[in-house]
Amino acid sequence: MDAPNPATQPSRRSLLQAGLLAGGGLFIGLRLTSAAQAAVGGANAFTPNAFVRITADGVITLIMPQAEVGQGIYTSAAMLIAEELEVGLDQITVQAAPPDLAAYFDPTLGDQATGGSNSIRSDWMRLREAGAAARIMMIAAAAARWHVAVADCRAERGMVHHDATRRTLGYGALATEAAGERLPQTIPLKLPGQFRLIGTNAKRLDTPSKVDGSAVFGIDFMVPGMRFGTLAITPVKGGRLLQMNEAAARAVPGVQDVIRAGDQAVAVIGAHMWAAKQGLDALAPVWDAGPAGAVTTAALIADMDQTSQHPGVIARQQGDAAGAISAAATKLSAIYQLPFLSHCPMEPLNCTLHIRPDAADLWVGTQVPVRAQKAVANACGLPPEKVTVTNLYMGGAFGRRLDIDSIEVAAEIAKQVSYPLKLAWTREEDLRHDYYRPYYYDRVSAGLDAGGKIVGWTHRITGSSVTARWAPAGFKNGLDPDAVECAAETPYELPAMLVDYVRNEPMGVNTGWWRGVGPTHNIFVVESFVDELAATAKQDPVAFRRAMLRNNPRALAVLNLAAEKSGWGGQLPAGSGRGISLQFAFGSYLSCVMEVQVSAGGEISLRRAVVAVDCGMAVNPDTIRAQIEGGLILGLSTALYNEVTLSAGAIDQSNFHDYRALRIDEAPAIEVFRLENQETPGGVGETGTAAAAPALGNAIFAATGHRLRRLPFANGQLQGA
Amino acid sequence: MIQLLINGQSHAVDVPPDMPLLWVLRDVLGMTGTKFGCGIAQCGACTVHLAGEPVRSCLLPVGSLANQAVTTIEAIGQTINGRKVQQAWLAREVVQCGYCQSGQIMSATALLNHTPTPSDADIDVAMAGNICRCGTYVRIRDAIHLAATA
Repeated sequence: MDAPNPATQPSRRSLLQAGLLAGGGLFIGLRLTSAAQAAVGGANAFTPNAFVRITADGVITLIMPQAEVGQGIYTSAAMLIAEELEVGLDQITVQAAPPDLAAYFDPTLGDQATGGSNSIRSDWMRLREAGAAARIMMIAAAAARWHVAVADCRAERGMVHHDATRRTLGYGALATEAAGERLPQTIPLKLPGQFRLIGTNAKRLDTPSKVDGSAVFGIDFMVPGMRFGTLAITPVKGGRLLQMNEAAARAVPGVQDVIRAGDQAVAVIGAHMWAAKQGLDALAPVWDAGPAGAVTTAALIADMDQTSQHPGVIARQQGDAAGAISAAATKLSAIYQLPFLSHCPMEPLNCTLHIRPDAADLWVGTQVPVRAQKAVANACGLPPEKVTVTNLYMGGAFGRRLDIDSIEVAAEIAKQVSYPLKLAWTREEDLRHDYYRPYYYDRVSAGLDAGGKIVGWTHRITGSSVTARWAPAGFKNGLDPDAVECAAETPYELPAMLVDYVRNEPMGVNTGWWRGVGPTHNIFVVESFVDELAATAKQDPVAFRRAMLRNNPRALAVLNLAAEKSGWGGQLPAGSGRGISLQFAFGSYLSCVMEVQVSAGGEISLRRAVVAVDCGMAVNPDTIRAQIEGGLILGLSTALYNEVTLSAGAIDQSNFHDYRALRIDEAPAIEVFRLENQETPGGVGETGTAAAAPALGNAIFAATGHRLRRLPFANGQLQGA
Repeated sequence: MIQLLINGQSHAVDVPPDMPLLWVLRDVLGMTGTKFGCGIAQCGACTVHLAGEPVRSCLLPVGSLANQAVTTIEAIGQTINGRKVQQAWLAREVVQCGYCQSGQIMSATALLNHTPTPSDADIDVAMAGNICRCGTYVRIRDAIHLAATA
């Protein structure tokens, strides 16, 4: 990745252009604001919008509105711009966007943020328009120089051509003149048949540096004079530091400072991480647990069980579901439980800061650069524009880096020292101070008529509202739209439905976004319960779903494709089974068939996964496959093994030995089939994760006859069954 | 002073002998391609070669190395198998976030050094110590087979 450009004064001309663009009001998201100008600007640079910079020496830089967390967005976003700009991916470099809400706002997320499988959906129009506007201005500049008609010129690989006279000019040579061109008032875009880059398996731009060790992740960043620190945070939320052995810490060779962040955390800083770690061990901080010191998971679950017995805020009401169920020939009800989850990206939390009296520098991998900037500004009493943010590669995030608690505490510590400080969390501190995926406690019930058709459906969801904390404007009238996503709307025709939500905030536990968010929770419950109903009705799970999809052809198509490719209905060895799930989430349709084998002792082996997806037009088909493969693995890993529990207010798990991750010898073969069409692109980054648990649970049922309603599955449930 | 031989170069470092090689590489020598993931030899992100064998550098005291040759991700591409593995990783587009991949590539190269045409079972044994939270296992397996035939 490029080094950040030094801030430069926006030229009068670019301000004028920005004014024209904003005044025209045509191109939302293409306004060039001051911070974006500082990022994309520079002497003699052509900067028609917040996403493109072309300098007179021919360097083409594309500014990435989303952060690269491994999902491949730097490549896919660059493809969208390059397609219309008429440049090759070999001709550009990419640069992380600076914090600038106006320039890089994502309207769905309500922030400059990377999440919700939203990047391609957010960028599909705006980045193609950004590239096209720049190309149009380049062609206009060339036509003016040559005194020929614009219509007689064309652009290809960063050059404007006038074929009649065989003249060409590179974008660099045209940059100064293009900067004087008016911004186009209409921006026609290519039709899908004209794409040369979109839809190809373009190689990822970040991969070469990630196979030779040269990529700089947040934790790798170095700056001269930097010191290394690590910290201990109160193990119980709301606890206080009571005592510590500072003299012992300072006696460790290489230790330089012991710095407190109020009562909640303390850092040891030294010449390297080893000194800091040894120093922290010697410091041996002792904590007062505070009011949450008696919290246990069992008590939190009991509280959810209680509150879930009363009606919640209605998310969906259609017909008289309760009446239909009470009159039904067969009734079924169940409780599904999903645990607190940690994110555990491979790169532990970290943050490098250099805080001075008048300004600060922050180097970090974050999904929310504006929030990160504000966090440092608030801690230091600086205006946000005095805090520069360099957003570095993230070694995974899965939603963890949508929160800025780590940056807040790092700033509290770094503002007390004069030198640049890299603060790195140990795995244990990272896992024990997460913003955990909420525990969900769901009650579902349904009635079947004599023919085995669903006549009524109720689903009550009880759990924490992440939305209320993270995006309070989205939490209206007590309803969290994330908590009920994919429950209030299912792919199926259900004649009578009641879905309600009971907010229950767990004492002593911070909750946050986790890959797949609402859909990962609700698709597990809905698809497992649909499977239960199919079994109760003595129907094949695929046939049972098909009958409810008469008006949902895209959902039906992925269901049928997954069934066909998996050999649904074919013989399997004893102890094996196939399970299917279906979803419409993040704008994409997906169906997954899992094949498992369960030993007599209850050991679950993942044999094979077959996924069919319809995510509309593909920007990079190979990246879609990779996201589904990887998302599925994370979902399977979690569904089998993961739960975060509390004893005496503190998190029990601490590292990969007690918070297991699926390993290569446990991973199934995965096949992904994509339906091709010209629908608007949907998101895919979280779809595989959401499909994993329901397909797996249904496969375990098929293999064993045991219905597992509590995640994770491999926690002895089958052994006791 | 402790003498280290890393990627063919000698380094004299003034660190305590119980300091793990990982932190010497990263924080003292600035070689940040080797990653910190867990600190307890559970995840494999810190894998380097010591006298050709894959080891977890997060628990390896530098005082124990006795000038044995260390190879890291920064130089593995200078070996025949390391180069093949890196090329296969690119060809199969294995990488997602990339944080674990230094360790994956070091383990895969060591596997090929011992077993030029590994079976799936060989891959399971050699690679099960390396966690990838992005879930690139399907492609890692595929890329190792590709590297073996390159």
